[in-house]
Amino acid sequence: MSVRHQRDENPAGIHLPLEPLPGHTSRGRLERVLRRGEFAVTTELNPPDSADPEDVYNRAKIFDGWVDAINAVDASGANCHMSSVGICALLTRMGYAPIMQIACRDKNRIAIQGDVLGGAAMGVANMLCLTGDGVQAGDQPGAKPVFDLDSMSLLETIRIMRDNGKFLSGRKLTTPPQVFLGCAVNPFAPPYDFRPIHLGKKIAAGAQFAQTQYCFDVPMFKAFMQKARDLGHTEKLFLLCGVGPLASAKTAKWIRSNVPGIHIPDAVIKRLEGAQDQKKEGKQLCIDIINEVKEIPGVAGVHVMAYRQEEYVAEIVDESGVLKGRQPWKREIRRDDQIVAERLDHILHDEITETQVDMVKTAH
Amino acid sequence: MSDKQPTVTQATLVKKAAPKSDYKPADVSPQRRVQRTFAVRLWSIRHSRLLEWFYSRFADAFLLLHPLWKGIGYSRVEAPVKFIEKRVKGFMFDCRMCGQCILSSTGMSCPMNCPKQLRNGPCGGVRANGNCEVEPDMPCVWVKAWEGSRNMVHGDKILAVQKPVDQSLRETSAWLRVTAQAAAAREAAQNQQNTGASA
Repeated sequence: MSVRHQRDENPAGIHLPLEPLPGHTSRGRLERVLRRGEFAVTTELNPPDSADPEDVYNRAKIFDGWVDAINAVDASGANCHMSSVGICALLTRMGYAPIMQIACRDKNRIAIQGDVLGGAAMGVANMLCLTGDGVQAGDQPGAKPVFDLDSMSLLETIRIMRDNGKFLSGRKLTTPPQVFLGCAVNPFAPPYDFRPIHLGKKIAAGAQFAQTQYCFDVPMFKAFMQKARDLGHTEKLFLLCGVGPLASAKTAKWIRSNVPGIHIPDAVIKRLEGAQDQKKEGKQLCIDIINEVKEIPGVAGVHVMAYRQEEYVAEIVDESGVLKGRQPWKREIRRDDQIVAERLDHILHDEITETQVDMVKTAH
Repeated sequence: MSDKQPTVTQATLVKKAAPKSDYKPADVSPQRRVQRTFAVRLWSIRHSRLLEWFYSRFADAFLLLHPLWKGIGYSRVEAPVKFIEKRVKGFMFDCRMCGQCILSSTGMSCPMNCPKQLRNGPCGGVRANGNCEVEPDMPCVWVKAWEGSRNMVHGDKILAVQKPVDQSLRETSAWLRVTAQAAAAREAAQNQQNTGASA
């Protein structure tokens, strides 16, 4: 019986890395999608505060068939959650393409390099290097901020591990990690004229793709992209624009004054306030922004961050039509597994206690 | 853009929720507690061009004194030089004695004053008014660094990717290290020239 495989899937098993391709540094799905020139969609998994793997699987399931990769956040906002390494371990088992976020806030260079190797061994093909929020922003402000590396030196460290097969100390690796390296960009925070140049620095350090902070101010983003294009950055790096729905005008105001680095113009808040159903309007606003940014030259995809509104990601991606009919990899039961499951399903429900003696008797 | 900038951090909320006592320390990060105002630091950044000029003269003078340092022994002069360096740079730049000074690449704004100790550029949390996300009343070290570097002749050194801090060099003299390295480089160049001439 032949089993139909999806594109970007290892026929030997969904949890295995893909065939290496020339010019690719990783064996993951996201790099393939981007290098093929398709408009990529990534999202963020809300990390559970539990030790139950089902929580991760259920939260990943709602993105099935709508996104190319899922960010496993590393204690975002300095709030304690399941670790990104743990989430990645669970997601890779199920065949998903996680983007492992690494924040410099909690780990020193020894721990980080170890996690890079561990993550790559589990099949993590994408890593996103972040500085991390300060500990004062989170639920445990008394924690010791580490910040041993910064996002730039972290990028360089992983690039050296991958390309030169060496630790930061110069010690050799027997098998280097094959990863697609990402960084974060915030075009919406000062110093505005330094930001595009700063992105160039990140490319020099090893960044291959970038995800931006929430974009609510399209003209500002356009200006940034213009400068990034002029500097030639968009030819060396795939830029994914960060977007997301706002639940209400009240949330928007709260985010604006409490979450550093997110810039929400007054027009956005006015539009939400004027709407009858603010949640619906927030979603529509997100779709409108996607439709605007996807036309900007140099934008290779969108990163949909729908914190606590994850169920909207599929609708937003669908209604904005950015996939143009393409269906990203979807976790589905293989046909042979399905047939076996159908034939043997009864043993789960039938109350039969089989003894070996009975089995011998019925066999004759 | 919001007209009023928030000055309440999560740490403030946690402290407010803590049991009351008579002693209430200033609501700033431990790093800020060891330090005064930013006035001198900001002056240095505004005059980065002058300081750059001065620094290059100063480095030359230190290099001229290399035979003296070597005669006395670098290890013996370390203590007094470090004493002076720490006080001078501490006053001028709020220096943290990381021992691997990169002021000339960061617009004379010491990157170790960043609560995240970023040495390669600003984080994404800079407030709209250009202040730090961790210290709402402190101007972002990297916003200032960018401004300072624009005044300098070799301001584009800010574009170089810096290596991670070597923590084992903390509390050592960057002046002496740079001088010894420059002297070694000069000697190596001279040796090469000599061997080239004799060959």
